[in-house]
This record gives sequence, structure tokens and C-alpha cells, in this order.
Amino acid sequence: MIQMGEFKVHRVRFFDYMPSAIRSMAFNSHTERLAVARADGAVEIFNFADNYFQEKVIAGRDGRSIEALCWVGRRLFSAGLEGEITEYDLENLRPRYSIEAYGGPIWTISSNSQGTLLAAGCEDGTVKMFEILEDRIQFQTNLSRQKGRIISLSWHPSGAQIAAGMMDMIKIFDSETGQATHRLLVDRGVGTSKSREVVVWSVAFLNDHTIISGDSAGKVQIWDGLTGTLISTHLVTKWDVLVLAISQDESSVIAGTSEGTVVQFQFLPSTVGQQDKFWVQTRTFKNHSHDVRALVHTDTAVVSGGMDTQLVVRPLLDKVEKNTQESALHKIAFPHRNLVSCAKKAGLLLFQFPDHLELWRLGESDRNGTPGESLPVKRKPEKLIQLKIKGEDHICCSALSPCGSWLAYATVAAVRLYRLQLSSSNVSIQKVSKLPRELKSVHQLCFSSDSCRLFASSSFSSVVVVALDQTDCKYLHTLKHKSGSKQPIHILSPSEDGQWLATANTDCEIHVFNLRKMKLHCSVPAYSSCPTAVSIHPTSGNLVSVHADQQIFEFSLKQKEYSVWSRQLQRQGLHPLWLQRDTPVTQITFNPNNPAHIMLHDVFMFCIIDQSLPLPEAKSKFYNQRILRSLPEPQRLRESHAFKACKNFQHLLSVNLLEDLSLVVVERPLVDIVCQLPAPVRQKLFAT
Amino acid sequence: MAALCEGYTLCGLVPAVNRRSSEIKGIEEERDSDHVIVTDSSRSVTLYKVSDQKPLGRWTVKQGQLLTCAAVFNKQTNEYVAVSDNKVIRIWKEDDIILDKAFKATVSADVQSVHCAHGAEPAVLFQRGAVRLLDSLLSAPQQPVEEVLVQDEAIRWSTSIVTDTQQLVIFTTELKGDHFLYLQRLKPNSVQKYRLEPEGPGLSPLSFWASYRDKNICLLYLYPNGHVYQSLVSVRAPEADEGTQVVSLPRDQLLSLPVGKELLEAASAIFLDDAHIAVVGVPHPSAGPGKDFLCIWNTNFQTLQAAKEMAGKLYGQLWSFSSKLFIPHGKALSVIPFACPRSSLASALGKLKQVKTEESKTSTVVPSWNTILHGEEAAAPKPVEARKTRTTRKTQSSLSLTIDQVQDLIKMASVEEVEKEVQGLLSRQDPNDPQLSLGQLAMALVSRSLADPKFYSSRALTQLVPTRCLSHSVCPDLLPLALEKRDYFLCQLCLLFFHDIPEAVTCACLKAFISLSDLDAEKLSLEPDSVSFMEMLLSNEHAQTGLQNGFSPTFCEEDRTDAVDNPKAKAKEKKKASPQQTCPVGKHKAALINEILQTAYSEALLLPHLKDFSSDQVVLFLRYLEFLYLRYSTDGSSQTHGYRSPSLNQVMDWVCMLLDAHFTVLVMSPVAIDLLLNLQSFVKSQVRLFSELGKIEGSLQELSKMKMKKDVGQYSIEVMELY
Repeated sequence: MIQMGEFKVHRVRFFDYMPSAIRSMAFNSHTERLAVARADGAVEIFNFADNYFQEKVIAGRDGRSIEALCWVGRRLFSAGLEGEITEYDLENLRPRYSIEAYGGPIWTISSNSQGTLLAAGCEDGTVKMFEILEDRIQFQTNLSRQKGRIISLSWHPSGAQIAAGMMDMIKIFDSETGQATHRLLVDRGVGTSKSREVVVWSVAFLNDHTIISGDSAGKVQIWDGLTGTLISTHLVTKWDVLVLAISQDESSVIAGTSEGTVVQFQFLPSTVGQQDKFWVQTRTFKNHSHDVRALVHTDTAVVSGGMDTQLVVRPLLDKVEKNTQESALHKIAFPHRNLVSCAKKAGLLLFQFPDHLELWRLGESDRNGTPGESLPVKRKPEKLIQLKIKGEDHICCSALSPCGSWLAYATVAAVRLYRLQLSSSNVSIQKVSKLPRELKSVHQLCFSSDSCRLFASSSFSSVVVVALDQTDCKYLHTLKHKSGSKQPIHILSPSEDGQWLATANTDCEIHVFNLRKMKLHCSVPAYSSCPTAVSIHPTSGNLVSVHADQQIFEFSLKQKEYSVWSRQLQRQGLHPLWLQRDTPVTQITFNPNNPAHIMLHDVFMFCIIDQSLPLPEAKSKFYNQRILRSLPEPQRLRESHAFKACKNFQHLLSVNLLEDLSLVVVERPLVDIVCQLPAPVRQKLFAT
Repeated sequence: MAALCEGYTLCGLVPAVNRRSSEIKGIEEERDSDHVIVTDSSRSVTLYKVSDQKPLGRWTVKQGQLLTCAAVFNKQTNEYVAVSDNKVIRIWKEDDIILDKAFKATVSADVQSVHCAHGAEPAVLFQRGAVRLLDSLLSAPQQPVEEVLVQDEAIRWSTSIVTDTQQLVIFTTELKGDHFLYLQRLKPNSVQKYRLEPEGPGLSPLSFWASYRDKNICLLYLYPNGHVYQSLVSVRAPEADEGTQVVSLPRDQLLSLPVGKELLEAASAIFLDDAHIAVVGVPHPSAGPGKDFLCIWNTNFQTLQAAKEMAGKLYGQLWSFSSKLFIPHGKALSVIPFACPRSSLASALGKLKQVKTEESKTSTVVPSWNTILHGEEAAAPKPVEARKTRTTRKTQSSLSLTIDQVQDLIKMASVEEVEKEVQGLLSRQDPNDPQLSLGQLAMALVSRSLADPKFYSSRALTQLVPTRCLSHSVCPDLLPLALEKRDYFLCQLCLLFFHDIPEAVTCACLKAFISLSDLDAEKLSLEPDSVSFMEMLLSNEHAQTGLQNGFSPTFCEEDRTDAVDNPKAKAKEKKKASPQQTCPVGKHKAALINEILQTAYSEALLLPHLKDFSSDQVVLFLRYLEFLYLRYSTDGSSQTHGYRSPSLNQVMDWVCMLLDAHFTVLVMSPVAIDLLLNLQSFVKSQVRLFSELGKIEGSLQELSKMKMKKDVGQYSIEVMELY
């Protein structure tokens, strides 16, 4: 018999999730949001004020390649090699509109500091100026056309001039007249690369008219923009300097290279106390194995991303307090949302890829074993279906019903629902052709536990409820709350008994709807940090939420107040080691056999919170499983605390409890991702 | 290892499409090794300065005329000689601008080629095999020329060689598939004809090369099947009756080059020195076919020493002048400098010296096998080398005395004078062939010292030894002389720099060092590094610095007591525990002995000489070795200081050898018995330590097993328990 706390674990590593390379980033220092564009055209929004939580993901599409991102106020623009400028609708997680620039591929966009003009550098050698209007942008003028593409742009803070990085040169334009006023010739590389044109990958135009450029010959050059003369050259790599970023106070510049390094330059006096300052190469960070394609210099940190797909936040230790949470290095390698759906009753897994879905049936073992043992696999896992999407838009969400007979996915354009019929030998999939027209602009999908309802979060934070039966699907209701928030709902969590539906949106609101009455039951008191996982307890009807700052709350839906346990937890505070984790909890499940158990996981651990046990003291050992194992039974009970954390599994994408109480753990080891990356630039190692 | 250096282009070529050979007809050395004249198949002769990659002059015959043989340079008269249209001999000087206005003479028969070996008179070889010296030919240009060759016999290749006494013209001919070698001696004229052994049906030699070596002409030829043969032809004039008949030429196969499936088409092989040949047009053994390589092979060891892929088509043409190879390939004539240091197996024999970083930086010149086996004379200077020394002498003569002069001086002059000259010579040392010349110098110094007991120049010799150009085999009397003169500093230097000291001499040195009194030794000035090492070792003699891995001699003594039952022995041994830590010899003496410990030796050869030692000497030496061993084992830092010092293994080896050689004597000797017991106890403690380490090996392995993560496949079902 299976004891308390003993689980049969299906350890799944066949989800070939491959994140896409980071191409561009833009940071909005007012809202502290970082926009990240990936090579597959997806745009992600991270909230730097809230533990780097990945709030929003706008799915990409085939053929969209984003070369540049630009914030204008709260509006986000992108441009790419397909030649269009796109503005995003961050409330509905989709492009709002795209405007063809008619200049061939666009390499860069940049807005002036006033937020009135957007400049786009095009392949045909023009810098195109767009006026930023309330609801759109409008082409205004071309700056004088150059020979050779415009690779990079940077506005002078006054907005009167704009510097453009090109092939072999940098041009400075007067933004009023559109005429080029200076031409700065950039040296080519030495040796064989002499014959190759040098590409000025990035320029930065500072307030004191200093221009800083990074180019394909590996140089960071400092120019005087008033006279057009070169002040200094710093050769930082044998390969390319791909990107530059300046700090807000213009005292520090960072350069990202093909070697995966980020080199910092600071504007410092040559001797302490002297007035005249120079740009001095100060620090080198090496957090990437591949090209650093995108960089952001926040006030306290260097944020970098590139070919190796990881987003790295490297705090500058002179700007943050040492040995605090803030000074720790953050690497974000996995999405903060679920790409895996699990049919608990049928033992199926649905894996979401950008352009296809995979449906797998788990394997089986007919034996039991002692803890730590691997059981012989009687039946191997089996890929039942690989569903390729139609159209160019990538999948933004997907869901599998608990019974395993419904499958749904959504792109920005459409929702598709399929009926699955699985027998041991036969697999059939049938598309449900007529879907209610209310099912549009969906960014989260979820089935009820009895698989009779499909919930879809839609625009204006509303939830569309659709009834499913054998043959068709019927629109029932749209659930709306009255808070006025238009932010998208990123979590849908129906209760096991079918009475409640909890929703969470990126305004940090949690609303609970009564599904029998089809109306709002209550709203959980707003907490400052965004919920990362929400779930309703099957028996007690308590809502458990975990937030980006790692706080855990339990809210009683009956009493409409925080539960006693939750208040006790808040009084005592969470263990420091729990708070120091840097990946959010993305899933909460409950153990039907033991109502006191809350199971949750992040990327690096899986944890069962036993509400019947005392909470861990700050001084006690938090990760105590190994010690407990070595203790005899009675003592074990005395020593144990509420958080039973298990670190056996790493790089967890999903943990689910099946109906037979076995766990399904989906891992995606980082090494598997790394080994699928292309080879980095060749580096001379010692003694090779 | 022979090496090919980075090459450079001397001139461009018009790429030959269908021809087997390039447009280059020949390359000849001009006034010195840096100037060559290149004759191309069209109509011109060009003089190049090689190091500048620059043409200095160019002479062209008129349109319609053709140069039919490679131009040569007559060093005696500074004239160029060439032949146009087979019959017209042209002679001009460098300042002649128009070739047509220079001297011309028409001869009565077709000329095959003109040869001008170094310092010799030009010789003209006619197509029908006759040879004339140029001067005698020009005195009567229309003189009748006899036919040496029979009908259909044609000259394939020719060259000319100058020996000490004679000038020779060598050429090979082909007649109906048979190949013959003609050796034409000039002044007095005589011709010798040899038949080359046939290689196989239809196989004709692709290339020939001849060099003069050890009073023989060494002929090197390459067949299309990759076989490279060498034949030795004596230059001595044969008996009168021998001259007329055709002798079969014996041959040795030097190499069998890998050619792949197809036969070679255009290839050639030339001698670089007595052990190396350069081959062009033969595929590299590990590269695929169709790749064109220039390779250097060592014929002694049959190994490929260096290879270089050449761009473009190779024509199988190759010339070599003064360590530069000239090779036409593709659209260019490239010059590739090469180096062929003598290789040896010395490093493979005996125990190799402990190579420290500073030693490995400077290349040590290892004597060639010839020198070792046959003494100095066998390694006769090769023509190339002789030329080189000649040129260097020329440059030095104006400054000061040459090596020869210094050598003469050594025979007569006073010690001071000799020392001054040797120092001067060393300061402007010529790196080209220092081994030979300095060896001769050292030999001269040593033989003078041996002959004249009053003459001994320690300073000159101590300056010569560290040049790393000498070795024991070059100058075998040096070390015994130093020993005899009690010049221990020189002994130390010899031990340090010579890698080939015979075991007998090593033992003689050891004996001398051990019997040296400490008082005398203190007065010696020795190599500072070795003395500082001993100072370091002695300075922390009593300072019990950090113990390695918790090892403590006293602890091990106590540890041992439970094994030894006899309480008397126990007390005795305890008493003795400390004296081992004091050095039994003074530091200078110790430094000298250390030098012996670090020399290369082979055990079998050393043992008989070790047996000659008296028991006192053996005990003292053993004490010292024990001291070193204890210091090394207790103080791990003694070997990590950067000084040159004997390694723990070397010390151990010597202890073992010494015990092997003298065990019976030592066991009997009452003085040695304590020493032996101590050694035994120490070894026992070491053995115990290792057995303890062996015991925990299992645990350590378990640790590493734990570290290794189980490789989880794509899917597994596991049982997990949370407490």
C-alpha cells in the first residue's frame, strides 16, 4: 500500500521544449517593465518591480522577426526585417496594428525622448520618421537617404539630432532638416577582415554630444559628435560588439559581444577628485555562452540576453546592497507559465510548442517499490498525436480536459477545439467546427474538472464560459468583474466541485466567480505582488494563492476572509530560504487523500505544505528531507515542519497529481537545451 | 625534428597547363647563398636577391632564339654562362645590359648543359656525352666533339661536383629502357659508366640528385613507385682497365614512399643532409590523394619529419641552396627555408634528465650518431656546411681571430691570452654550427692541458660548457681532466650540461665528491642555484613546518613500537630518531652530490662501478640520501621552490641502487646497521601509510560514485517519499 507522503513518480523528460533566442530588449524605467523579443517573434513582458515576473507573453508568428523594440510611454513598438512597424496591444496580448515602412527590412527603431517621433532605420538607407499619434503612428518624413543600410539609431536627448550606425560609418543627421551633418568613418578590422565591411551594430548618442559605437570589428569607439572626431577606441573582442546600452545618468555604458561577454565602460575622472573624465573600460561580465544580442542598463543592474535564450539580470554590486536578494544574479531560463496540461483521469500530457502540440500517453509499471527505487517500465510512454497549427500565428495557450477527451488551443487569431477519442489501439481527433463567436481574443483556456465546461479568458478581463457535450459546444455566459481592470487574465482555476472559478490578472487581482449563479462571488483583497499560481481546495473551499514575491495566502471563500492558517503564516513569516528562491511557483495542486496537503512547485523544487504541521522557524533547517530520512520514525515527526521540499527534480516545467495519486513530473534539463544551441564562436582556450 | 618554415614567393610563374615541368629551366646559386639566377624556359635569365624577394637583373635573348640550358654563374670570373639555340655559348657580366652585345661563341655540336660547381671552372656537357671545360672549348670553338653515347642514348639528367682534388661531371642516360650513370672526371679526363639496376618494366627514375660525401658521390634517385634509392660511387679514378667496361651500380633502398594506387608522374627527391631528404610530388601518407605536398623524410628512422601542402600544381621540380628549398608550384616559385637538426635516439636511451622549464626553453644540441659511434672525424663537414663556415669566416676575419686562429693560438699562447680570445669568440658566437667549432676549441684546450701540465684554463672551459654546444662525446677528455685538476665547478657544469656522460665517469665524479673534505668543499664556488637549494633545505632543517597529510616521524616511530616487541630496540631506535634530520655533509659537497643524482644513467651500467666504493663512502652517501629522503617526505615544500633539485624518485632510485650494490657489506658493517634499520623503519611507515590509504580507497570510490548522477533517460517511473 502507498503510504502517506510516498508517491509513484512518472519522471518525464521527453518534452523537447526549446526556448527561442533573445533578439532585442527594451526597458521602460517608469513602469519598470522589460520587453523581450525572441527570435520566433514572441514578445514577453517582465515586471522588474515584482521579482522579474513574466507577466505577459505575446505569441509570435512564422516569419515575424523582431529586430528592435521601443517603448513610448506605456506603448510598445517593434520593427523587424519584414519591414513593418508593429504596435502591441498589451491588454489583449496581440499586435494592435502593423504599418509597412516601405524601406525594406527595418533594422532599428528609436523614439525621441519627448515621445513624439519614432525613427526607423531601413535597409534602403533611409531613416524614416513617424509621428506618434494617440492611437497610431503616421509617416512624417524621410531623413536624407544614404547609401547602405541603417543598422542602428540613437537620438540625442534634445531630439535635435540623430546618430545612425551604418556600414563602415556613422552619420549624424539634423532631425529638423533631415540633412546629414557629420560622417564618422569607422575603421575596419585588421587582417583578413580588412576587406569586409564593418557593421556599426549599435550607437549611443549622449547628452554631451558624445557618440559611442559598437561594431563588427570588436571595437567600442567614443566619438565627439560636435566635431565628428574619434576620441578613443577600445578593442573588446575579436568578434562583434553587437549591442550597447547606456545607463540613465549616462555615466556607464555596457557592450554585449559575440563571445557572450558584457563589457562595462564608465565615465570616470582619471585621478580621484579631478574634473575631466574619460570613458574607462571597467568590468567584464560573462554570463552567456553565445552572442549577447540584447542589453539593458537599469539603474542597478545589467540585463542581458542573446542566443543562449536565457535572460540574465546581473546586479551592479556598487549600486545595490551586498548580500541581499537584490544583489543576487538572476537567470531566467524557463517561462513563468505552464506549457504542459495534464489529463488527470486519462494519464495524458499535452505539450505546447510554438507551432504544434504533442499529446502523450504516460507509461505504466505494474510493480511497487521502495522509495528511491526505479520501477521497471512495463509500457513505454507513447506519443499519440502531434497537432500542427494552421496559419502563421503561434499558439498562445492550450488546454487538455481532465478526462482527456477535449483539447483546445488558441492563437491570437482563433480558438480551436478538438474532440479526442482514445482507445488502447486507436486514436481519433475531430475538430469541433462551430465554435461560439464569443470565443475570440483568448489568452488562457481551461476545462472544468468534469470536462463539461470550457473557460476562456478574453478581453477586458472577462471569462467566456462554454458548455461542451458530446456533439457541440454552446456559449453560456461571460463572467465579468467590476474592478475596471482591463489587464489580461493569466490564471484560470476552477474548483474540483465545479462551483467556483478563480481568475487572476496582471493587475494583481484575484476574482472568484460562482459558476452555479454565473456571477462574481468575491474578490480577494488585492496584494501588491502578482499571483503566479491560484487554486481552490477541493474540500475546504479555500483559495490558495502564491505570488511573485513568494508569499502564500489562503483565503476562505465561505467566510470571505483569510484563513487562520494564512494569518498565522503571515504573522510568523515565511522561511528566509523560501523567500530567497528566484523562480515563481507556477502550479498548486491538492492531494484528495490528505486535505492538509498543498503541493506546489517552481523550477528547482517541488514542495508539499502540510498545514497540520508547525511552520518552520527562521533558524530551523528548511530543506530537511535528507535529515528526516535518517531519523527514526518518532523523532522524525518531532523534527518535521510544514514545508516538505524535494529537490530531486530540477528544471521542473510541471508537476501534476494523477487520479491514481501518482505524480507526473515534467523536467527539461538545461543541459539538453544548451546542447541544442548552435556552436558558440570559437574561443581559444588555454593549451588548445 | 626537421622543420619547414613559412615560405615566401620569389617570383610568379605562367601556369603551365599541359606541361609536366614548369617554365623554370633551372636555378643556380649566384655569388652567395642569398642570390640565385633563375633561367626560365622562354628566353630570359633573372638574378634574384632571395631575402628581398627582388629581381636584381634580367637578361633576355632575342625573339626567335631560345635558351636551351640553365645559366650558371662562374664565381672565379663573376660571369654568367648560358647556351642559346643549343650551339651558341653566351657569356656576360652583371653590368652587361643587352645580352646580344655580350660575348658569343658558336660550337660545333649541340650542348646539353653547362655546369659550374662551386669554385670550379665551368664545364660544358654536349648532348652526345662529351665534356669540355669552357676555357678549352672557347679557345677553339669549332673543335670537333666526339660522340660518347651510342645511337638513341639520351641524357636525362646531369650535374657537376667538385671534390677536394677533382672536378666531376655526372650525368645519367637512357637507352631502350636501361639507365646508365656516367662519371666524367676532368683533369685528367676519364669516364666511368655504370648501369643502374632496373627497377621494373617501364619504370624510369623520375629524379636524380647527387651530393659529395665522405669521398663518395652519393646518388639519390626516385622511381615512380615511390622507391628512393641511394648509390655510392667512389670518386677515386678506377684502374686503367676498369674504365672501359660498364659496371653495375649497387644501390640501397632508402625509403619506400607511399604513393597510393597510381604511380608518381612528376616528383623529385633531394638530399638535405645525410639523414634527411626533401620530396616533392609524393602524396602525404595521411592526407588524401590529389594533395600536393612537400615533405621532409628522415632516412635513418624512416619517419616523415615535416610536410607542407603546396597550393597549385607541383611540377616535381625542387632545388635546395643553403637551407632553402626552391619549389615551383601553381603560379609561383616559392622559397621555403628549412631546418634539419640532427635527430638522435639519445633521449630514448638511459634515464632522461629531469627537464625543468628553463632547460626546455633552450634547445639542446644533441650529438649525431656519427659523432658518438665513430668519433669526431666521421662527421665530416658536408659541402653545404663547409660553405657556410667559409662565409662566416669571411665576415669575422676582419673583426678578430677566427676559430681556426684561436685553435692555433691555444696550441702556443699563455692561459690569459687564450682565455681572452675564447671569451671574445664566444661573445660573437656564430649560431650556424657552433657545436662543431666549439667542440674543436674545447678539444684543443683539453689536449693542450693534457700535454702541458702547467697549462689549464678553467675560465675558458667554464665558459665553453654552458653554451650547450658541447657534449661528453664531443670532448670525452674534458670531464676526467676537470676531475684530475680538482676543478669541481667545471665538473658540476659538465654534469649539468652534458647528457651523455658514461656511468664510469659519473661514478668517478661521485667518488671524488664524496671523498672531498667538507673544509675544502666550502672554499669552492659552485653554481649558485644548487647551493641555494641546499641552504634552503638546511635552513628549515629543524623548523618543523607544516606536516604533509598529518605525517609525523615521531608519531610513526611510536606507531611502529607496537610492532617491534623488543623494548631495547625500541629505546635504541627512539634515541636515533632525531639525528637523521641533520645533514651528514656540508652544503657545497651536497650540491655537488645533488648534481650526480640528477644525471642520466642506466642502472645496469652504473652498478658495477658503484661496487668499487669503499664502505665508508657508501655509508656517508647513504646517510646523505636518507637525509634528503626524510626531508622530502616530511617537508612537502622542499620540492616546490623552483630550484633545480633531485626529485624524490631520483633519490629513491639511488638508495635502491646503492643498497643493491653494497647490501652484504652494509649488513656486516656495524656503522651501517643503524642506518639500515632507520631506512627500514621509514619504509615500513611509508608502506603502512599506503596500506591505510588503500583501505580508504573503497570509501573514496563510494564518494565518487555518489557524486555521479544517475543518468535518467527520457522517462522513468520512480518511487519517492517525502517525510
